This record gives sequence, C-alpha cells and structure tokens, in this order.
Amino acid sequence: MTPILETKNLTMQFGGLTAVDNVNFKVNPKEIVALIGPNGAGKTTFFNCVTGVYKPTSGDVLIAPNGQTPKRINGLKPNKVTERGLARTFQNIRLFQNMTVLENVMIGRHTKLKSGLLGAIFLPKSVREEEKKVIQDSYNILVDVGLEKFVNELAKNLPYGAQRRLEIARAMATEPALLLLDEPAAGMNPHETKELDEMILNIRDKSKISILLIEHDMSLVMSISEKIFVVDYGKLIAQGTPDEIKNNPEVIKAYLGDDSDA
Amino acid sequence: MLDIMKYFTLKEMKKSLVISIWFMILTFPIMVIKVNTIENTVVWRWASLIGMGIGSFFMATLWRYLLDRKNMKSDITDKKTLQMRVMDWANENPKVKKIALVAVVLFIAAFPFLTSMYQTSIMTTALMYVVLGLGLNIVVGLGGLLHLGYAAFYAVGAYTYALLNYHFGLSFWICLPIGAGLATIMGILLAIPVLRLRGDYLAIVTLGFGEVIRIVLENWNEFSFGPSGIAQIPRPGFFGMSMKLQTATIYIYFIMIAMVIFTIFVVRRLENSRIGRAWIAMREDEIASESMGIDITKSKITTFALGAFWAGMVGVIFAAKTTFINPASFTLWESVMILCVVVIGGMGSIVGVVFGALILILLPEYLRAFSEYRMLMFGAILVIMMVFRPGGIISNIRKKYKFEPTEGSSNAEVEGVK
Repeated sequence: MTPILETKNLTMQFGGLTAVDNVNFKVNPKEIVALIGPNGAGKTTFFNCVTGVYKPTSGDVLIAPNGQTPKRINGLKPNKVTERGLARTFQNIRLFQNMTVLENVMIGRHTKLKSGLLGAIFLPKSVREEEKKVIQDSYNILVDVGLEKFVNELAKNLPYGAQRRLEIARAMATEPALLLLDEPAAGMNPHETKELDEMILNIRDKSKISILLIEHDMSLVMSISEKIFVVDYGKLIAQGTPDEIKNNPEVIKAYLGDDSDA
Repeated sequence: MLDIMKYFTLKEMKKSLVISIWFMILTFPIMVIKVNTIENTVVWRWASLIGMGIGSFFMATLWRYLLDRKNMKSDITDKKTLQMRVMDWANENPKVKKIALVAVVLFIAAFPFLTSMYQTSIMTTALMYVVLGLGLNIVVGLGGLLHLGYAAFYAVGAYTYALLNYHFGLSFWICLPIGAGLATIMGILLAIPVLRLRGDYLAIVTLGFGEVIRIVLENWNEFSFGPSGIAQIPRPGFFGMSMKLQTATIYIYFIMIAMVIFTIFVVRRLENSRIGRAWIAMREDEIASESMGIDITKSKITTFALGAFWAGMVGVIFAAKTTFINPASFTLWESVMILCVVVIGGMGSIVGVVFGALILILLPEYLRAFSEYRMLMFGAILVIMMVFRPGGIISNIRKKYKFEPTEGSSNAEVEGVK
C-alpha cells in the first residue's frame, strides 16, 4: 500500500537551528496518526514544511492522494499543496473573522470552483449553478459538524469550541485526502474534547481520509490514533501504536527528563 | 439609557472643568493675545477665553456622555443598529422601497435640469469620487491592501486621453477603454513588486509610486508638457454633434451617472463572487486563505488591476470634463481624499462609499462660506468618526443566505437577501 504522505530525510534549518532533523515519516490511507512531542520539538515546523508554508532545507515530501503515484510537493506554495489534497487547521485559530460561517466554508471550496472575473460579472448560467451548488455544499458541511444554526453569523461571534469545529469544517470543504490538525483540542474542556474525538472519527469513517494531528492532550491522542510518532529536538525518536509508545523509555525520557542529567 | 443629568454631579463637573481649563491654556496664545504690529500694542481678548472655557466645558461633558453611550451599546451585541433596522424595514415594506427608489431615480434624472450648471458640475465631480472610491474600495476595503498612490492611476487615465488626443486626435470614446486599459496595466506593474509587502510598508511603497508618477509628469516636459499641463482637451462628443457648454455639462453628468451605475453593478457582483470572497479572505488572514487554496499572488494582482481600471476610466472623464489637466491635480492629497471617502464611508460597503463621496465632496462645496475652516472641520470629522463609528458611516454587512430549516435537505431554498 502506498502511503498517502511520506517524507524522506526531511530537514528544516533556521540559520544554525535545525528544527526538523532528517525525519522519515509515513501516513497510510484511512489512518489516524498523531505527532507528539514536548514544546518546541518541531511539530508545527514539520506541519509547515509539509503544507508549503516553509520550504524544507533538504529532503522530500511526497503525497499520493487516492492511490495515485507519489508526487513531490516540497517547494510548492500552500495553495498548490491544498489543491493536491492536503488541508490543515491552525494551532491558534485563523478563521476569516469578519466573514459569515457559511462564507468561511465557501472559501474552502475555492479550489473546486472555476468561475473567474468575467464569470462573476456576467453571471452566466454555469456560474449561477456553481454558486447555488457551493452554497448548498457548504451548508451540508456545516450540518455535518453541527454548526448549521450559526450559518449567517460572523465567525468572530462564535463560541470557542465552535470556532475550532468551523476550522475543521473549512478544511474539510477542500475535499482533502489528508487532513492535518494542529492542536485541535487546545483550550477545550474535557466535554468539548470528547465531542471533538467523536467528530474526528466520524470524519475519517465518513470521508475515508487520513488524519494527521499534533496534540498535547494525551487522552485524545491515545484514544483515537492508530499510530503515534514522537519527535524531540527535531528528531523522530519513536513510532508505533499507542501501547508501544506509552512504554517506550525514549519517550518517557523526552517528556519527563533523564535522571542522569540531574 | 443613560441619564444625562448624571454628568452634572460635582465629580463629573470637576472633570469637565479640568478639561476646559486645559483647553483655555492651550488656546490662550491664539484666542486671547492679538498683536497689532503697526501700533505695537497687544490686545487682550478676554471674552473669547471665557467663551472657550464654557464651550469646552459643555463639549467635554457631551463627549463623555456619547462615549459612555457607545460603550454601553457595544455591550449588548445582538442589539440591532439603526442601519439594520432601516434595512429590515425596507425589506418588510417593498412598496415604500419601490416608491423611494423611483423618487431617487427621478431626482437623479431631473437634477441637471432643475439646478444651475454649477450644481451639475459639482455633482459630476462628486460622482467621479464615487467611482474612484468604489475602485479604491476594491483594493483597500475588499483586498485589505493600504494604497496611498491611487491618484497615479487617475493621472494615467487623464494623460492617456489628453496626449492621445493631442498627438493623434483620438476621440473621448476611443480613449475611455484605452485609458482604463493602460491604468490596469500600471496597476499590474505596481502589484508585482509589492506582492510581499503588507500594511505600513505597502502604504509607503504605493505612496512613493504615486509621487513618482506625478514628478515624472511634472518634469518630463517633452512628454507631458510639464507643470503647464495640457489645455483644450475636447469634451466628449455625441455622434459628432457640437454642444454648448451647458449641454456638454449635462451630457458629462449623465455619462458619469452611467459610469456609477456600471461600477456599482460590477463591484456588487464581484463582492459576492468566488473572486470577491477570495479577496475578503485575503484581507482577513493571508496565511489561512493561502492554506485554503487561494492564490494570494493572483488575488493581489487582480485587486490592484481592477482598482486601477476604475481610476483610469474616471481619469479620462476628468480630462474631458475640465478640458485642462496638469500634474497638480494628481497630488498625494488627491489619493488621501479618495482614501478618506472609502474609510469614512465604510470600508467594503458600496452604499457607504457612495455616501462618503457625496458627503466629503459636496459638503465643502456647499459650505464655501466657511471655507477657511474646511481643514479644521475635516480633521474634527475624521477624529469623531474614528471614535464613534470606526466601521464608517454605513458599515459593510455580509450577505445572508436563507435555508429551509429541514436538516440536510438537498433541495433547501437558496435565496440571497442583502
């Protein structure tokens, strides 16, 4: 089975600092994978390299959505990466605050639409149909995540948990093959985290996509992920199933520190 | 509601008193001392000091009252604003809405025949600023890119017509699309180097661009005839008919009306299209919009190009209207004026920009009697606006969509209400 996302010797350096160091990483289709590690381990940098926000110093990022042959995407701009089937959310919520909830999701559909400037001005039938369809599709996505009651509300007026869910809905609107979630449970209470847990599983089962998440909430990570990768100081230090990771001495050392250091 | 009497307690009055004393000290040199240099005497105008004191005392009280009222309002978030209430009311009474629309159309059509040529002329100028404002609104209001050199595109349009007419005798109607096209190309040329800039940096570069165009026009005598400008530019023709000045003025007025309608039509459609949404998303958050698949480069170039397009068109009309142009018409002040139209009117809001242009251009004309205080009032209006209505006179309200309450139904009625 070809992995949907694969990185080969991925390295990202900022001056003298190596934030991501020779990481080899794999996500298989329909898998939920978690990337964990202490603060500053390079998790978000890894995300940014994969999604095109940063251009990796060396190494390769390969994606193979829907069983296609793997293609290199490093150096591509974020919008091109999204077009190829990767969608992400952000650690600190980055919604379009002054747009309505529906419009936020409609933006996610951007790459799936074709109408250009002239189409927008003359509104031929094809564009009108397309608009109608995007409104309906976006609404259906909102129904899926349970945000349909906020449809015409400005995104900034939403409660925190709903904003998080809207970010996921917006990413899902791009019809990704792989969804990358950067700390989706940050700032959520246990109840909201549990809802999120169900939502992520639901998305995976319904849309048949892979999910890669960065998360600090271990209960969430352990309950939903099938595979866990652990990074520390930019290096991949362990990988395996949740049970393997729990008992891995390297991981315990990275999180709790080493006795011999003291 | 707040009780205004609350502001006349001892404590509040003390606050106002301090402010009024401060203002008396501040204005002392200009309001009180008057030096007569011929007789070498100093006149002390104590009466104006007292006036100043009493005036600022009440103004300070009023200011705090309004400020508190505004803060109290913002606490209740779901309270409808006056603007929303007017819109709801209009939607509920389609008959009244229709009558009002007809009245407005009739007024616009009859305006040049009911008023003097001077009135028509200043109204035409105001309409030109409506189009300029709507054009800049694409860049600033929708795209969120602060542009301080907008008058340069305006100049490109005006000089296109003036020079093409001077050298090749091309007519107004041929030059109108050429001017718009050249301005658009200039817009793209400016957009490419500033792609990476944002905020203050972008403002500085666009400001520099505007000044470069003006200075080139001022100094390149062989090309643009320098500061002396180009005179005797013909007014727009109508199938070769020659017109008297008055008819020509009315004619340009109607050309401008058509332009305004055309602009509003296009901008309105763009605003709620895929492209327009991409612009707004770019304004809200560049990184997020890029991650959602929006090509930022393309979006920025299209906003600059389309913004410049309108300026170029209005530039051609401006040259035809005044029949004389020189670089002094395209200074930084002009760009700032257009920016003020957008900001005061309401960024991203079409109705707001229309009102902003009419108010900012017509008011100074009608208040000629107070023209010495024009800048003073201008400053005061800007400060008051920014404190009490930072979103502009009429702020932008996003389009709302209606859905049938049935969950997940695939045939939900999709209907836009604006």
